[in-house]
Amino acid sequence: MMDILNILLSESFWAASLRIATPLIFGVLGALICERAGVLNLGIEGIFVVGAMCGWMAVWLGAGLWGGVLVAALAGAFFGLLHAILTVPLGLSQHVSGLGITLFATSVSYYTYRTALPNVSSPPRIEPFQPLDLPVLSDLPFLGSVLFQQTALTWLALLLVALVWYVLNRTALGVAIKAVGDNPDSVDAQGLSVYGLRIGAIVVGSALMALGGAFLTMSAFDAFFFGMVNGRGWVCIALVIFASWRPGKALLGALLFGAFDALQVRLQTEVGALVPGQVFLMVPYVLSIIALVIAARSADYPRALLTPWFKGQR
Amino acid sequence: MIRIELRQTQSRAFTLGVPILSAVIALGFAAIPLLAAGANPIAAYAEMFRGVFGSVFAFSEVLTRATPLIFTGLAAALAFRAKLWNIGAEGQLYLGAMAAVAIGSGVLDITGILLLPLIVLMGAAAGAAGMVAPTYLKTRFGADEVVTTLLLNFIILIFVQMMLEGPLQDPMGLGWPQSAPVLDQGMLPPLMERMRVHSGLVLALILAGLAQFMLARSVWGFKLRAVGENAAAARHAGINVNRSLFGVAILSGGLAGLAGVSEVAGLKGYLTADLSPGFGYTGIVVAMLAGLSPVGVVIAALFIASVFVGADSMSRAMGVSSFLADLVVSVSLLCVLVGGFVARYRIVRASTARAVS
Repeated sequence: MMDILNILLSESFWAASLRIATPLIFGVLGALICERAGVLNLGIEGIFVVGAMCGWMAVWLGAGLWGGVLVAALAGAFFGLLHAILTVPLGLSQHVSGLGITLFATSVSYYTYRTALPNVSSPPRIEPFQPLDLPVLSDLPFLGSVLFQQTALTWLALLLVALVWYVLNRTALGVAIKAVGDNPDSVDAQGLSVYGLRIGAIVVGSALMALGGAFLTMSAFDAFFFGMVNGRGWVCIALVIFASWRPGKALLGALLFGAFDALQVRLQTEVGALVPGQVFLMVPYVLSIIALVIAARSADYPRALLTPWFKGQR
Repeated sequence: MIRIELRQTQSRAFTLGVPILSAVIALGFAAIPLLAAGANPIAAYAEMFRGVFGSVFAFSEVLTRATPLIFTGLAAALAFRAKLWNIGAEGQLYLGAMAAVAIGSGVLDITGILLLPLIVLMGAAAGAAGMVAPTYLKTRFGADEVVTTLLLNFIILIFVQMMLEGPLQDPMGLGWPQSAPVLDQGMLPPLMERMRVHSGLVLALILAGLAQFMLARSVWGFKLRAVGENAAAARHAGINVNRSLFGVAILSGGLAGLAGVSEVAGLKGYLTADLSPGFGYTGIVVAMLAGLSPVGVVIAALFIASVFVGADSMSRAMGVSSFLADLVVSVSLLCVLVGGFVARYRIVRASTARAVS
């Protein structure tokens, strides 16, 4: 017990939690924007892969770190647009289209990587984002190493939480996005474009998802591996429901998840001899299912989620 | 102004034409990545064709590759008919495979002709068991089965790795994470000499025929389709929707489990953690190409298997990454989706539409 307490009080534990949470914050925010507009985006897993690969490759080709971030976001937006066209004006099954996008985006990324680097024994590395060592702030006792030594992408993720919250709750655009996910007819009656709002939300949401992938290759690691996303996208889909489609709770959900994940890694080193290591590896996925089950009963789904809407057809 | 209108009738030409056209477009699309890789597309297509139809052995490899895809394709097709989104065929496949090696490698003292039927039954049961929890969580708590089945795939795969380094590890395996081999009498017999194609294919074809018949002709099939088309109306008509969902969940999981049995007891002979290169996920594409028809699943599985086998041999000959096959498969899924839209709707000029109505 004392060990767990020691872990929970350590700076490195909370720093790790925030690090693990960062790609999930991007992913949950992205999925949240899509679903608030009424469209489930199961392309998220593949869009993570695209973001990870494109961001990394852009840097590797000399675009610079922020250039890589931009390329990743644009690539995510592109696959989001594809999903948007299939699900919004064409009104096709959001489940199947999303899975199709995941398969397509993943295979495009893998094929491109393999074609660009046919025979490499070890994946080439880039110089990733470095921790922002802020003067004075970094020397603060506890917060210093938890908050102020994260990379710029973690800061971007935290900033986006606030931005998404602000747009959704304090602007006319946010009201329209939420309305289009609840009652598209009312939006149409006001003369706003249901298609435009939904497509826009999916494109922007997908760009954010891709940033989650980019964090993996440009901050958490410094190279691209096959299978490195490893279900993180699906975890985000579970966390959105846990967060009841609210940015603040999304941040909380991602942080809780990060904390549990960081804890299991540390427990693994403590009691690793007693339990097979794989038990700990299962923890994140089991947690996601538990979070989903807890939240599902009272979940207040956007009312028009999964329901296609066609102009002039009531 | 143009607008989109639901077709009154669906022509047969469309239901057959859309998947075929999608397959052709997807194959045509492959020219882009081939050119990007600096390969001559025509030579590449020729190489793929040779890899599929070039010899009896080549084609037998397609049949071998199609076998698990028929199982997972059926698993997806049946579940999707009831709008039960089982995306967990990959995990259920591994559950079936684990059951097959647990029973089949001589741990249990069963010999003779009983072993093989027992392996098949227990493999199916294990796969079905993998679908029970998500269906329970869906019907009891409203937890989305898409997410639970997807996450379970990862949990099960980690569990397989744990078992292969633990109780299921081959004691004679020099420490490799692989299971002991299935006993000879537990193996699905091969269909042709010196070929890898095995009687799992026969089982798959029989089950496809059976599923087609049950879906079209039985009360069970009627209920299943009713639940899928409109669950609320089905409930109103006195159909026990949850029971129907559990029924199809068990069948779907069982079929996916059989894919694992067939790969272990028909092909590999033992279990490793890389048994399936995503057969579970590819089964979804197979089912969609088939328009969720069980007989269509067989044809779609043969097509997808040809793409994989052809791309493998092309990849070896021309040095193009075999991820090309995954690209073609995913593009064919997106094409068939759009094609389904074209088949269901027609685009009309608003003025003429008004005149008609």
